[in-house]
Amino acid sequence: MHEYWRSLDERAGTPEFERWLHGEFPAAAEEWVSDIHRREFLRLMGASAALAGLGACTKQPLEKIAPYVEQPEQIVPGKPLHFATATTFAGYAQGIVVTSHEGRPTKIEGKPEHPASLGATTVWAQADVVDLYDPDRAQAVTKAGQISTWDDFLQELNVGLEVQQQTGGSGLRILTQTVTSPTLGRQLADLAKKFPNARWHQWDPMTRENAQSASATGENIYSVAAASVIVSLDSDFLYFHPAALRYAREFASARRLTQVQDARMSRLYVAEPTPTITGANADHRIAVPARNIEIIANALAQELGVGEGTASTSLPDPIAKWIKAAAQDLSASLGRSIVIAGETQPPAVHILVDKINHQLGNIGRTILPGRQVVVNSIDQTDSVRALIRDLNNGAVDLLLIIGGNPVFDAPVDLAFTTALGCAKLRVHHSLHTNETSLACHWHIPAAHFLESWSDALAFDGTATVIQPLIEPLYAGLTTHELVEAFIHQPVRNAFEIVRESWRAAKSSSDFDLDWRRALNHGVVPQPSEESMAAPIQTRQSRVSNQAGGLEILFRPDPNILDGRYANNAWLQEMPRPLTKICWDNAAIVSPQLAKQEALKTGDIVELQFRGKKIAAPVWIQPGQSENSITVHFGNGRREVGRVGRGVGFNAYELRTSDALWFGDGLTLRKTGAKHEFATTQHHHAIEGRHMFRAGTLAQFSSDPGFASKMAEVPKREETLYNPDEFKNAGYAWGMVIDLTACIGCNSCTIACQAENNIPVVGKYQVSVGREMQWIRIDSYYNGPVEAPELNHQPVPCMHCEHAPCELVCPVGATVHDNEGLNLQVYNRCVGTRYCSNNCPYKVRRFNFFELNGKLSPVEKLGKNPDVTVRSRGVMEKCTYCVQRINAARHVAELDHDRSIRDGEVVPACAQVCPTEAIIFGDINNPNSRVSEFKRSPLNYGMLAELNTRPRTTYLAKLRNPNPELVSL
Amino acid sequence: MSAGIIPPDEQVRTRLSPLGYPSNLLGPRVTYADVNESISSIVLRDRAPAQWWIGFAVAFCLLMIFFLAVSWLLIRGLGIWGVNIPVAWGFAIVNFVWWIGIGHAGTFISAILLLMFQHWRTSINRLAEAMTLFAVACAGLMPLLHLGRPWVFFWLLPYPDTMGMWPQFRSPLVWDIFAVGTYFTVSILFWFLGLVPDLATIRDRARKVWQKKFYGFLALGWRNSADHWQRHQTAYLLLAGLATPLVLSVHSVVSLDFAVAQLPGWHSTIFPPYFVAGAIYSGFAMVLNIVIPVRKIYHLENLITERYLNNMANVMFATGLMVSYGYFIEAFMSWYSGDIFEQYMMTYRVFGPYGWIFWVLMLCNVLVPQTLWSRRIRCNPFTLFIVAFLVNVGMWIERFVIVVTSLHRDFIPSSWGSYAPTLWDWATLFGSVGLFLMLLFLFIRLLPMISISESRELVAEPAKANAL
Repeated sequence: MHEYWRSLDERAGTPEFERWLHGEFPAAAEEWVSDIHRREFLRLMGASAALAGLGACTKQPLEKIAPYVEQPEQIVPGKPLHFATATTFAGYAQGIVVTSHEGRPTKIEGKPEHPASLGATTVWAQADVVDLYDPDRAQAVTKAGQISTWDDFLQELNVGLEVQQQTGGSGLRILTQTVTSPTLGRQLADLAKKFPNARWHQWDPMTRENAQSASATGENIYSVAAASVIVSLDSDFLYFHPAALRYAREFASARRLTQVQDARMSRLYVAEPTPTITGANADHRIAVPARNIEIIANALAQELGVGEGTASTSLPDPIAKWIKAAAQDLSASLGRSIVIAGETQPPAVHILVDKINHQLGNIGRTILPGRQVVVNSIDQTDSVRALIRDLNNGAVDLLLIIGGNPVFDAPVDLAFTTALGCAKLRVHHSLHTNETSLACHWHIPAAHFLESWSDALAFDGTATVIQPLIEPLYAGLTTHELVEAFIHQPVRNAFEIVRESWRAAKSSSDFDLDWRRALNHGVVPQPSEESMAAPIQTRQSRVSNQAGGLEILFRPDPNILDGRYANNAWLQEMPRPLTKICWDNAAIVSPQLAKQEALKTGDIVELQFRGKKIAAPVWIQPGQSENSITVHFGNGRREVGRVGRGVGFNAYELRTSDALWFGDGLTLRKTGAKHEFATTQHHHAIEGRHMFRAGTLAQFSSDPGFASKMAEVPKREETLYNPDEFKNAGYAWGMVIDLTACIGCNSCTIACQAENNIPVVGKYQVSVGREMQWIRIDSYYNGPVEAPELNHQPVPCMHCEHAPCELVCPVGATVHDNEGLNLQVYNRCVGTRYCSNNCPYKVRRFNFFELNGKLSPVEKLGKNPDVTVRSRGVMEKCTYCVQRINAARHVAELDHDRSIRDGEVVPACAQVCPTEAIIFGDINNPNSRVSEFKRSPLNYGMLAELNTRPRTTYLAKLRNPNPELVSL
Repeated sequence: MSAGIIPPDEQVRTRLSPLGYPSNLLGPRVTYADVNESISSIVLRDRAPAQWWIGFAVAFCLLMIFFLAVSWLLIRGLGIWGVNIPVAWGFAIVNFVWWIGIGHAGTFISAILLLMFQHWRTSINRLAEAMTLFAVACAGLMPLLHLGRPWVFFWLLPYPDTMGMWPQFRSPLVWDIFAVGTYFTVSILFWFLGLVPDLATIRDRARKVWQKKFYGFLALGWRNSADHWQRHQTAYLLLAGLATPLVLSVHSVVSLDFAVAQLPGWHSTIFPPYFVAGAIYSGFAMVLNIVIPVRKIYHLENLITERYLNNMANVMFATGLMVSYGYFIEAFMSWYSGDIFEQYMMTYRVFGPYGWIFWVLMLCNVLVPQTLWSRRIRCNPFTLFIVAFLVNVGMWIERFVIVVTSLHRDFIPSSWGSYAPTLWDWATLFGSVGLFLMLLFLFIRLLPMISISESRELVAEPAKANAL
């Protein structure tokens, strides 16, 4: 038996030790003299071991770190890679650059070389990354809801195809959305060769067929920058358009000015039924029912001497004056103007507008002929109607639905769902399991475009090869692979299929070099002419009903579009432009109608249209046309992931094939029930304050400094502290937001959310005022409620030089750095929220809960590793993207320790801005762009009268109203 | 109810106690033995009265609600409350200021009135001091619970941190820590010092062993010797001198939490005196709310005479008028400043979505106390209780109005919001009342709630009185 001893004295059993033991531990001494027996020892040691184990109850998670066996080329841990690819908007490509951290795509930004992007990004493109990591995505091939395999599917498909082979595919139908992919076009052509009797149908609820109706070559391409007068007839070309990013950039460039000597601006007239981003940026906007746009187009044509129309004199006063003024302006700028009609307007309007543009000599100057971008452009309503007829006749044996959700979004009067049941074998291919998937036998999960090889064309025909950044997270297959299964088996992978299309198209000597170049640039050098040009079908002109009464307008949701982004939390929580509604859709009514019907925001009304009824909550929106009610479709999904469940109502239930965009004969009945909206802004009047400053071009010319005179700014010395506390010779970061350029599109908000790992909080938390977005777009109305001026103002942190937040933090968690950044030290923050109270701009956001705690592992992949994920109980806010500043600093230091160049640091918000309204840089450098903007007489600091000395300043918004209309 | 205000006998009115105090503060024919017996018996008797048990049970239930609310808060996070952006401070801060205000009366009564030789303080000072401590304890919890991360509250304390981090001394919240901490420390010392002779009395009268040991331990070996008394009185006066400025400083500093901020409705130089007046106002109201039932239940009408009630009502009324003046000046200054933000703030405070609360405040704090012009109401325990209760409610509302209505609409209209307390906010408020009452009931049961030694000083010795 071993004895355990603690010291040599003890071992020796010296009398000193004995004495010490008795003196120090009299009680223990007794125990000591008795020998410890083996059993006793084991018992004691066992107990201590067990207790020691209890103390270590918190099990640390196991994390394995495995080094690369072979270091992949290019990948340096901690250094992101960027890849060019493309996303699609209603089928049209928009070039993007995707940032990838260690193989995880995290951030989507615009591709400067791409004509539909010019470096900017839409909210949808940015939010695609959320869809990629959506844990609710379809993850396996399913048959009747049961998990199955691709091989089982092929087996069953082949049986069906064999039957079809005999009849030339007379029972085979394919339903797609708008297709611009040359590869898919080629595949469908191959399919048509193999099954000559098969039919390809198309249905996209955001169909742009009207916009293509005036020209045989596809949608016109506008040169917005070259136009000095633009008249928009219900066209939201700054926001809801495949080329919106480009048009917005050009629009801003024709209006931006900083110095009085270059005082020239284009002028925008808008006639629209419901407020849009484009309408909000108009110099003269009139709210008219959608059905009257045609009358206005006619009157405008009449004024300009085109065709036979109603004279504007028969129209009510403000509209007639608007038409006269617009016509005069247009006549004065022949060849330098644009008249544009929206895709929601019937072909007649487009044809008329085309005539007007011809008359004005705009064609070939500001309006270029479009290219046939859409493969087989057809009237989609007719197409889906034909499919339903075949289905009902029992002529369809095998139906392949590629993408989309026709059960949810097909015109309700066509009864697609019932017809669908008649197809003997139904296959659906989509990213999520949706209403259509449930109605089909087989569901094939689609690979996200960030997981896929494909291609797509932009609005002007520019082709992009879509390349994957990540292996499919689940068992997703690309469209090309699925279609290939119908043509040719064994199925090759999408890479080979797409390459084959381009190899055939190119016939270049060095295809591999061209291919790599195309992937690298994100744009295929020559605009593709290879798409299958199908003759455009003649369309019947739908004569709009000019009866009175209430009019219903169907519009895609500004956030989630036709419902495809219904499960996207960023987009659901993004405050919708102007209304600032989150997580909802509404029946948007005018203040006049609300008064007449005694409606309040939140009242649930029953809308009856063409015999169908839905219940919808009312939202009163200034600027809405008096007797028009707008419903946004896309929400109210029945079969959707956790995010979109229970959000909003389904407006498709009223949308009929004869009233795709608007229709008369709506009746409204108050139900007495109430609905709570979640909005981020409750008050849209500016209350005589000067946060938002605006003026006219004429005012600017006569009094350039009008904006800075609106409030008195204290002198620099007026402070208790050292006025030059933060003056330093190094960088001094600052920002200017040009309110003239800003169109209020929300891109910055989403970019910030993506870049800075900003969590979403859900509808209830938004409704109690706990949204987390760091940069918000305030909207203010000015003037009468029927015809208000609509204004936008992005508000990030002002990075005040005298930051009121810093003074009151008891633990110094918010501090200034020597470059003027107002920093938030998350680790130090104890969460008193005093800083937020003392922030006059209310730009601080607080983590009221552990908002990142419940993320699934796949969602965590989407986080930006360069930015801390904040925990519960800490304050956060805009940092001017300090991580980007530091990244630029590292690059500069490695490059012979040079200084950071102007434009090298671009915060996320500025990076995506379509109009370059946000300018960031070093204000200590007099030659920087930001310094140049700050020298503009339009420059002012919001609430600078509080002596906060904000580093973020604004250029007052300028409008260019027609003097003749102003003097009214 | 008529006895005791003005003793019928003119002789009695002019009589003095052996120490020269006016003897008419106590009821007629009160002897040393009466004082000893009536006070110490409350502590030493075996059974507490039924009312005590009922009150204790209610307080216990409320305390359990408090524990529940706090536990859920710590588990889930601050989001269970109604606070948001822009109203980032809510009930917790309202409760904090309210409790701190209540905590003013004790020290005011003990220290300031002691120094001013206001002998009518004697019968109520102990209870008021205890109330102060418990109120400050409740108050002290609030800002801790209100933190986003309460487990790191000690970062607000100046301690030598390995990273060399110190609090940010320009922040009024750090001043709060010092002000409230000092106040609490001095108050507890002052209270305990006053208790020592009484604890010795109880020790001497106790029959049970545990009582002898318990009170004997707390009495710190007090033997009633002249030496002891001499040192005791010196220390007591010194502490009273120390506590006096604290009465003024604590709430002044608390008011700076608001006044230092640049928020319209907070940024106001009148806040320190106006807050101190409000604190004493609510403190006296709370003392009355406690003393009136206690006096009834324990039959202490002879020790806490109506003269006490009258005097307390007078102080409450005087401070109430000061507070009303504060309301007026606040409104006047926001108009007179010409500052558009201030003007809007005042308009919204009075006529905005929370306007009705403002009018309830006016009713409770300005109108109702006007009844105190009447001596009848001041001397009637029932009516006085009602008025004091409404003042307490009003003072809570005042803090709500200051905190919430200033925050809900500040500079930028787009950020305007609203605030609605949740169930957990209410649970925290009433739970803290439970904590307060629980401590108070334990105090009443375990410690002499009226100073025995000081009350004895007020007894007019019959023999001597006759001799006069």
